Amino acid sequence: MTSMPSAHTAPVIVIGGGLHGSSTALHLARAGVQALVLEKNYIGRHASGVNAGGVRTLSRHLAEVPLSLASREIWLRIEDWVDDDCGFDQNGQMRVAENETDVATLRARQQTMLDHGFTHEEWIESDEICSMIPAITPSIQGGLIVRADGSADPYRTTRAFRFKAQSLGARVIEGVTVLSITRKAGQWRVETDQGVFTTPVLVNCAGAWADKIASQMGEPVPLEPVGPMMLVTTRMPHFLDPVVLGTGRALSFKQRANGTVLIGGGRLAWVDRDRDWSELDFRQLGEGARTVCDLFPHMKDAVVSRGWAGIEASMPDGIPVIGPSSTESDLFHAFGFSAHGFQLGPIVGKITADLITKGETDLPISPFSIARFQ
Amino acid sequence: MIEITQCDLLIVGAGPAGLAAATTAAQLGIETLLLDEQQAPGGQIYRSITETPVQNRAILGEDYWHGASLVEPFKQSGAHYQPGATVWAIANHTAPDAAEGFEVGYSVAGQARMLRAKHILLATGAQERPFPIPGWTLPGVMTAGAAQILLKSSGMVAGQRTVLAGCGPLLYLVAWQYLNAGIAVEAILDTTPSGRLTKALPHAWGFLRSPYLAKGLKLLREVKSRVRIIKGVTALEALGEGKLEKVRYTAGGKTETLAIDQLLLHQGVIPNINLAQAAGVEQRWNKLLLCWEPIVDAWGNTNVERLGIAGDGGGIAGALAAENSGRIAAYDVAMQLGVIALGQRDAQSAPARAQLERAIRGREFFDTLYQAPDQFRMPTGDTVVCRCEEITASQVRETVKLGCPGPNQMKSFLRCGMGPCQGRFCSVTVTEMIAQERGVSPEEVGHYRLRFPTKPLTLGELAALPQTDDSRKAVIRMKKPV
Repeated sequence: MTSMPSAHTAPVIVIGGGLHGSSTALHLARAGVQALVLEKNYIGRHASGVNAGGVRTLSRHLAEVPLSLASREIWLRIEDWVDDDCGFDQNGQMRVAENETDVATLRARQQTMLDHGFTHEEWIESDEICSMIPAITPSIQGGLIVRADGSADPYRTTRAFRFKAQSLGARVIEGVTVLSITRKAGQWRVETDQGVFTTPVLVNCAGAWADKIASQMGEPVPLEPVGPMMLVTTRMPHFLDPVVLGTGRALSFKQRANGTVLIGGGRLAWVDRDRDWSELDFRQLGEGARTVCDLFPHMKDAVVSRGWAGIEASMPDGIPVIGPSSTESDLFHAFGFSAHGFQLGPIVGKITADLITKGETDLPISPFSIARFQ
Repeated sequence: MIEITQCDLLIVGAGPAGLAAATTAAQLGIETLLLDEQQAPGGQIYRSITETPVQNRAILGEDYWHGASLVEPFKQSGAHYQPGATVWAIANHTAPDAAEGFEVGYSVAGQARMLRAKHILLATGAQERPFPIPGWTLPGVMTAGAAQILLKSSGMVAGQRTVLAGCGPLLYLVAWQYLNAGIAVEAILDTTPSGRLTKALPHAWGFLRSPYLAKGLKLLREVKSRVRIIKGVTALEALGEGKLEKVRYTAGGKTETLAIDQLLLHQGVIPNINLAQAAGVEQRWNKLLLCWEPIVDAWGNTNVERLGIAGDGGGIAGALAAENSGRIAAYDVAMQLGVIALGQRDAQSAPARAQLERAIRGREFFDTLYQAPDQFRMPTGDTVVCRCEEITASQVRETVKLGCPGPNQMKSFLRCGMGPCQGRFCSVTVTEMIAQERGVSPEEVGHYRLRFPTKPLTLGELAALPQTDDSRKAVIRMKKPV
């Protein structure tokens, strides 16, 4: 792949400088292809920079499990990949059962996983949970755990991928808005508010804005911009190592190394993606707070210092779009991660880079084809 | 008092703007609720006006006692009033049944409540500009405003040997009030740069016609006759082991040290914009006052429909201006609610508008004169910038050099502005430092994105909020075990 030596030309242009765009640029750079990333705000401005930071293989959609396990291999050596530990802690993730219904759900899940040959999700008895986490309510009924899972710092991770990609020759332009995309003589013309950029290969990592690009290519998708809400408390004495997830009730709960406690779970803010604006819904956050206080009674006195929501894309079937366009050659998509794309970032960038440089990937991506919406 | 769950107009803040707005609105027959964080009306400028133990009127001065003239009509007006109430959220788009207006989350005595309001008027006033100098976090160093509140609310003084440092009218006012109360002031270290008067003179015409002029000159004369004033202070440092013991200053190229146990710092006030910003009100950088201020029209309206701002929270103009901007905004809300017609709004608000014009005369003169000097706004070295997370000036500057372009990224790099105060106090400092380091305007750098809750609340309070069906339904499809 050759390119004209021009600031407005690149062998590959990646639209969107979130984790997936940055990771794509990194993997391309490792393969000797120096991509140009166009980001409308700044790197990691939305979901990539402000998500819960879950590095989770637990409870993945079956189609995502092979990708998630492959991504974990990169996470385990993340510092070798990006020269930064990304704040990655391998403290495990567990989904807990609050009642008999939850137990049945989790037991069925474990059986499904075993039926498909996946053994990384283990059952954990309530007394082991209670000895791991003395602060949890003793009424807990057990759960599923992946001890090799953990969490990382999302902004630091996205930044590390970006800087590593740049150190290998990728370019990043922040604050540039894509206006339209056309194709002439095998070259993509990306018109922006800072002029026209041209490239033979285009990657759509535009997150909550990715459908605008897809529809210009004649492949509209039912993408919904969403803003999963997060709350963080002031620092508290250490009481929790693993990330705790709810089963019957939405919850994602973890204590960070600095003592602050992060509460998420996918409850949604009101979002206006055209204004980069979201508004937290405090009644819904109240539901999350109730769940937390039921599971961790001492948390009722925790002081909430901030709430936020990063804007990202959700697909109706809850799994992302990954792979080549169904209408155009030399166009690839990676978006729609539906509030659980962070852990997949390292591998999806590799998949996209492999598709571009080798024409194939060794991971099963057919369930993620954009054609499923046509 | 009965808990109000619904009102036509919610006013936040019981300073001059909020009291006057609430009075005017209620007199026009609008169902008005005033929520205020303090236990008694008055805001900061008229703090404890109804209950101050400092009953000798000569001590705090007639400008302070003017506040009493706002409280009595307010009490008679029929406006509802909830003291001790901290507003922590304003919901616009997520409020159920949008026709009912905003949904507001607030807490009283550790209990979270929600109420509906068709209109909101923020009268959140001003806060003191941060004064980051070496040692400013030592016990014994506080803002002149905080010392004044202590005096007004409890008649107390925290130290024996006091020095005031900085610039601006409040610095001299506090010195004057201290002297009136018989409290010694060792010195005033005035940081106003020597060339400032020349710079301010072109604006003197307005000042000469200002109601503040005669009173201000009298106050200055009295303070100058009784306190040692050190002019042209170019460097300041608070020193001490574990608590304040000395202040070191440089003036006219000479460095001196004074042994003291109370250092009161002040270099002007800036709008308190936290609620407005979190509610999505657009802000602009004021190049003269060197602060963010909400963009408001002549009636206090903002880009957020049905949410207005009155008083210093919408731009610093002082107490008399605040009170009149509160009245003006109330007339406009009355028109928007259909209580009065456009012509009535204009006619009835005309006296307040004239008072407002008079009150803001001369502001440019002393805003130019008292503009806080660069070295006291944008610190260097080990001086703490973010007090909550103990982030120093050199850390902030180094991080900009590493490629951090703005305050929101600074949070992610350093946790600067991420502590319990959520950047409410270091915001303006961090913006200006990044702008200085990058050689661009503060406008280009931007500000921290402030989010609700704008004041801390406990998870238990949040958990006690009323449950709704919607809140159970609207959960994103997490990939549930199959």
